[in-house]
Amino acid sequence: MPQIAQLAATYSSQIFWMLLTFGFVFFVIGLGMVPKVQSTVDARDRKIADDLDAAKAGSAAADALEADWRAKENEARAQAQAKLAEAKAKGAKDREAKLAKADAAIGEKLAAAEAVIETGRSKALGEIEAVAAEAAADIVRRLAGAEVSSDAALQAVKAVL
Amino acid sequence: MAESGKIDPMHQFTIEPLFGTDHWAIGGYNIAFTNSALWMVLAVVVLWGFVALGMQRQLVPGRWQMAVETMTGFIDNLLSANVGPEGKKFVPYVFSLFMFILAANLLGLLPLGLFGSHAFTFTSHFTATGVLAILSFSIVLIVGFWRHGFHFFSLFVPHGTPIWLLWLIPFIELVSFMVRPFSLGLRLFVAMMAGHILLEVLSSFVINSANAGPGWGIAIGIPSFLLMVGISALELLVAVIQAYVFALLTSLYINDAVNLH
Repeated sequence: MPQIAQLAATYSSQIFWMLLTFGFVFFVIGLGMVPKVQSTVDARDRKIADDLDAAKAGSAAADALEADWRAKENEARAQAQAKLAEAKAKGAKDREAKLAKADAAIGEKLAAAEAVIETGRSKALGEIEAVAAEAAADIVRRLAGAEVSSDAALQAVKAVL
Repeated sequence: MAESGKIDPMHQFTIEPLFGTDHWAIGGYNIAFTNSALWMVLAVVVLWGFVALGMQRQLVPGRWQMAVETMTGFIDNLLSANVGPEGKKFVPYVFSLFMFILAANLLGLLPLGLFGSHAFTFTSHFTATGVLAILSFSIVLIVGFWRHGFHFFSLFVPHGTPIWLLWLIPFIELVSFMVRPFSLGLRLFVAMMAGHILLEVLSSFVINSANAGPGWGIAIGIPSFLLMVGISALELLVAVIQAYVFALLTSLYINDAVNLH
């Protein structure tokens, strides 16, 4: 077993070179390079965490913005609906008022026309009486030869009519 | 079976000085640049290359950067799960430990025999794993006494110890505590050595049975070879698991030092 057989001859060289090489590994690689590698990893982890945080914040802001926008839109919609209803009500009122006015005007005209007709009719009726009385008196004179006063004729006609 | 004596499954663990450096010494201690040291340096180069290629530090990582970040993240998770938020400070150490052992174990499994060379697994030497184990144990001691002072000794008296057992439990705890560096170092060394011996023994079966004749080659060589394929896959798994176990145990011991019980 060379490990034991050569122990006396080689232990100092083994220990010396082991300390030298492992010392190099520890001081140059372990202390010199490993912290740099780790700092790179840490920087990356931090960057990822920061980016995630930023993305989360952005998402929350977008949500808030959307909620805001939705509320505003709902408000605008409600306002528009209210205006529409108001306009409709106003339009209906206007129309009613106009209709009433027109109705009244028509009624007036109708009444006036009826009055004219009535006067015309009564006037015509009066004229017809007079003509009929004249005609009756004429007929009586011609048939009976009797003179009938126009008043009597008128009375008779009125009774008949 | 005279030939089987030629294939020594332990020979692969022999340490040989390279490039005529066997006379190098500091203060009388030999520090020859051996094949073991060469593979340590190779592990460092591979590990450095792996991490350096993952250092583009881009916001959106490429494949290589992703691989390196996965490894650091893995060690980071291991420590934060076992030690808590204070475990972050130990990431450089445990990462170095885990990746260095992993690189050593995997490089040692390279099939360089195909190209006339030999991979050397320095984690199969307890002189190498012992250094790492003692380093981990020292860190536990230093951190423990630094943070808790003599209160660190309360580690040897677990919560809920009955008073009439106070003469025994601290002794058992002390032994289990002192055994830690050995369990760390020996586990890795034994696991790596056993796997490599197994592969070597099986390959000697293949070679010797084929040399003994076609019948033997088919009867023993082919099943042995198929078994080697499976064991090689298992060894890759063991290479990762042993590195993980070393890092996991170190983080558990650090947890004891940081948080006591």
